[in-house]
Amino acid sequence: MSSWPILSVVTFLPLLGALFIFAIRGDDEIARRNTRWVAMWTTLITFVLSLLIWINFDAGTAEFQFQDRSEWLGGKITYHMGVDGISMLFVILTTFLMPACILASWHIDVRVKEYMIAFLVLETLMIGVFCALDLVLFYLFFEGGLIPMFLIIGVWGGARRVYASFKFFLYTLLGSVLMLLAIMAMYIDAGTTHIPTLLAHKFPEGWQTWLFLAFFASFAVKMPMWPVHTWLPDAHVEAPTAGSVILAAILLKMGGYGFLRFSLPMFPIATDFFAPMIFALSIIAIIYTSLVALMQEDMKKLIAYSSVAHMGFVTMGIFALNAQGIQGGIFQMLSHGIVSAALFLCVGVVYDRIHTREIAAYGGLVNRMPLYAFTFMIFTLANVGLPGTSGFVGEFLAMVGVFKVNTWVAFLAATGVILSAGYALWLYRRVVFGALEKDSLKAITDMTPREVVVLGPLVVLTILFGVYPAPILDITAASVDNLIADYEAALAAFEASKLASAF
Amino acid sequence: MYSIIVFLPLLGCLIAGFFGRWIGARGAGALTSIFLCVSAVLSMAALYFVGFEGQTEKITVMRWVTSGALDVHWAFRIDTLTAVMLVVVTFVSALVHIYSIGYMSHDPHQPRFFAYLSFFTFAMLMLVTSDNFLQLFFGWEGVGVASYLLIGFWYTRPSACAAAIKAFIVNRIGDFGFALGIFAIFMVFGTVDYDTVFTSAPDQVGQSFEFLGYQVDVLTTICLLLFVGAMGKSAQFMLHTWLPDAMEGPTPVSALIHAATMVTAGVFLVARCSPLFELSSTALWVVTFVGATTAFFAATVGLVQNDIKRVVAYSTCSQLGYMFAALGVGAYGVAIFHLFTHAFFKALLFLGSGSVIHAVSDEQDMRKMGGLYPHIKVTWAMMLIGTIALTGVGIPGFFGTAGFHSKDAIIEAAYAANSGIGTYAFWLTVIAAFMTSFYSWRLMFMTFHGKPRASKEVMSHVHESPQVMLVPLYLLAAGALLAGVIFAPYFIGHDESHFWSSSLFRAESNHIVHDMHNVPLWVKGSATVMMVSGFALAWLMYIRNTELPRKLAEQHALAYRFLLNKWYFDEIYDFLLVNPAKWLGRFLWKKGDGWLIDGFGPDGVSARVLDATNRIVRLQTGYVYHYAFAMLIGVAALVTLFMFGGFGGAH
Repeated sequence: MSSWPILSVVTFLPLLGALFIFAIRGDDEIARRNTRWVAMWTTLITFVLSLLIWINFDAGTAEFQFQDRSEWLGGKITYHMGVDGISMLFVILTTFLMPACILASWHIDVRVKEYMIAFLVLETLMIGVFCALDLVLFYLFFEGGLIPMFLIIGVWGGARRVYASFKFFLYTLLGSVLMLLAIMAMYIDAGTTHIPTLLAHKFPEGWQTWLFLAFFASFAVKMPMWPVHTWLPDAHVEAPTAGSVILAAILLKMGGYGFLRFSLPMFPIATDFFAPMIFALSIIAIIYTSLVALMQEDMKKLIAYSSVAHMGFVTMGIFALNAQGIQGGIFQMLSHGIVSAALFLCVGVVYDRIHTREIAAYGGLVNRMPLYAFTFMIFTLANVGLPGTSGFVGEFLAMVGVFKVNTWVAFLAATGVILSAGYALWLYRRVVFGALEKDSLKAITDMTPREVVVLGPLVVLTILFGVYPAPILDITAASVDNLIADYEAALAAFEASKLASAF
Repeated sequence: MYSIIVFLPLLGCLIAGFFGRWIGARGAGALTSIFLCVSAVLSMAALYFVGFEGQTEKITVMRWVTSGALDVHWAFRIDTLTAVMLVVVTFVSALVHIYSIGYMSHDPHQPRFFAYLSFFTFAMLMLVTSDNFLQLFFGWEGVGVASYLLIGFWYTRPSACAAAIKAFIVNRIGDFGFALGIFAIFMVFGTVDYDTVFTSAPDQVGQSFEFLGYQVDVLTTICLLLFVGAMGKSAQFMLHTWLPDAMEGPTPVSALIHAATMVTAGVFLVARCSPLFELSSTALWVVTFVGATTAFFAATVGLVQNDIKRVVAYSTCSQLGYMFAALGVGAYGVAIFHLFTHAFFKALLFLGSGSVIHAVSDEQDMRKMGGLYPHIKVTWAMMLIGTIALTGVGIPGFFGTAGFHSKDAIIEAAYAANSGIGTYAFWLTVIAAFMTSFYSWRLMFMTFHGKPRASKEVMSHVHESPQVMLVPLYLLAAGALLAGVIFAPYFIGHDESHFWSSSLFRAESNHIVHDMHNVPLWVKGSATVMMVSGFALAWLMYIRNTELPRKLAEQHALAYRFLLNKWYFDEIYDFLLVNPAKWLGRFLWKKGDGWLIDGFGPDGVSARVLDATNRIVRLQTGYVYHYAFAMLIGVAALVTLFMFGGFGGAH
């Protein structure tokens, strides 16, 4: 294992790139081109470096790896970074998608410098979230990430961007305030904010309920779970393409990651207690938002609602609390990171040409855009959860896992499989199939080489992980097993103590 | 060898799909056809080695999904059942590929068409060669997608797109049950591999588990869930509505997917799971009931349809019902035998219909045909062979067409089951045999005989199809005539237990194959009587007295419309399911998200906040400032707490 602090390097390299861009003078075409290339190279190098993490990762252990620790703020808080099987792949997902985002934003002409800086800062903060092993550090990254996102929607967004960012703000503020309170409470009880220490700490039963709920408020908004999901469709609709990609692919996953890192291992008793509630909310999310997605008239909104439904599978799987459920949840998050990112990029491809997201404005694209039709088809099928695409493995594992716990939940979740076919294929049919009759579409051109470079790797990964998901499942296995073992031990201890006190 | 059989079509698909632009329409058609022919020849060799030499095999390709106790591989399992399916799939597929070279020759998107066809074949082969339920599901969904793509192949037609989506979604309803079945199998058996599941199935007899709040029998529940999947794929009663609409696809597709192969996947599934179904009499009862009902129902609708392809489609639906009826009474070999022979004559009928449609300038309405016999004699002869094979013409003890051996065997097996449900199946299938004969001959008479009803212009263009389309017909016709007589001893005769060996399971008490050969003579004769009387009635109505059908329809207008509108299933589903779902979606969106959550959540709160802040102070800053400020306060509070905690030394 390398001795240099690879996680810190990967985390802060984008920030360095941002500083570099900051130093670029002028606002002419040359400066803009330089800005783009700096951003591109920064994200690419970050990605290549992050691959070293994957290569050197030891899948056999549930321990945190590549640890990097130093004192900070007078010894009360530590700067501690590390990854395990649960978090590592999210780091890779982030670094992998960033170059695609930069490339997809190549045509942005307004405030290019600020735009790229916002994205690079965002990357640092997102990677930080998944690496942080100190609660305060985590909180800084977690909440800090919202500011650049907020700017991206607010500055480069669509017509109703102010409303969307306002909504985004209100929801997340509510969640984060509660989480902050919970972090303070945890410090009071445990005397530290060091995550590995906290993982071993046993919080009193009464505290767990409240701590769980406070964290839940924050993560549920992020996820987003029903009924706190309504910020997502608006945020997606208004965000620029790359913003939607990051939002759907990475930011949403912080909620699921939070459940796995904090809620489950630190508050097992509360987790056990609240699992039925989470199931109920997940099921409502799956069926409710799928039905809503069926009736959408805006492409991005439809995909946004389908994201909520897919995240329902994630929360359901995670709270099934068995190997298949949790691994399914993680896999579904990673797969959704690829597929939803690709779907938003697909919308971006036609939006850049016609400048509308209205489904009714399209139709018959296949006549002039066969390559696009093929690409979009692959991701539509992955979104539907077709076996052989990555969308299937996660959904399947999550449902297998939850079936063992509660057949009703699996039964109702499986109806989402029917509905997803409905909305996804209907969208595809209205946009891509049919005769090309609208005058505005008569001259539309197929994907450019740049767009092929952006979407091509995503097609490959979608199929690859659908046919051979082992690389992901193997890496997560040890950590997930460990998580479940600890959880069950904690529950058993609690049952035993309850029994003992009864006598 | 087996890997070549399965992966060659995939290779063909990829080449035709990605390099179609370079190799051209001719190249794509020729290449995929050659690949399929190679697969077909190898499959026949496989049937010989497995079915006659008894060399079953298992091949593991690579790891697929591993999580906890779940460990699934991509693997092939080659036994007799698989080998039979391999032959059916690759043989029909190869002929359909060749036929399509002619049939699709005017289409601008031929490479795409051949890519889809080959992809379908690949998925179907994965389905039949699977060694576990998950790979089966992969193939299952894969053929569903291929079917979706091919039904919607002419994507500029709204009706084709609608039919494609309908097919996929109705299939998904079936898959919903299938998936739950797989979950249940994993929960009960801890694995989804066939071998382990089948060998430990007897331990589960009489066991129960909790499903949806009820204590239910394990095996019955699993079988019924799997059967829901089979019903969707094989277009059985209640889930059949997609199949007639699927005729929007090009005719070769109807022949391959919606007659010979994909729709029989449900039959294959039940036969494959015979070790499970055999242990649950309730599940078998349901299978028989649904199968017999479908055989009857689809035949009634087939009586009055006017679209030539829809008649054949309903006939397919009905024949699938026969197969399920046979499965339900425990005659698995008989069902697979009918699947095998049906593939030949039904593909023949479809491709023949395609040849007719081709001849009359893409007209499908039989009311606008008639009198075509002098112009397309070869096609007529082929259709005639298909019809006599379907209706089961034969002389007992001397020679019989395919249907004579397989369909009549089903009727006999139903009688031999000697149970309540068996009697039900017997009578319904006998009546259906009469209707089958009637609608088949009606099709022949309306299309080829009588006076031409097409316009002069169309009639002047009527021409025989090219050889590339006719040669596949010859081969299928040979199969339709001879498959029954050649293979009957192995599939259902005295060599059957050696032939099937362990690929089909029968309980100790199941003697159906023995019993069905010893049914009374009137039972054996009933199917033939029905066949002859169906022919006679059709002749009477469509050759002798052509006014009769119209008069009958007028006299019994209600019944006629009921049948013509397919028992109003589409309308009922629209009313009960589709429209409410749309309404609910809109309601939840506008009222749930818009009014309730946003109204009382962010919008409501923000309105109140704005009210308050406007009154107190005029804010000039943006929201980012707000946000950063809130965070700053938070962090400051936290740091204070540390300092405080540090000084106090609380912990």
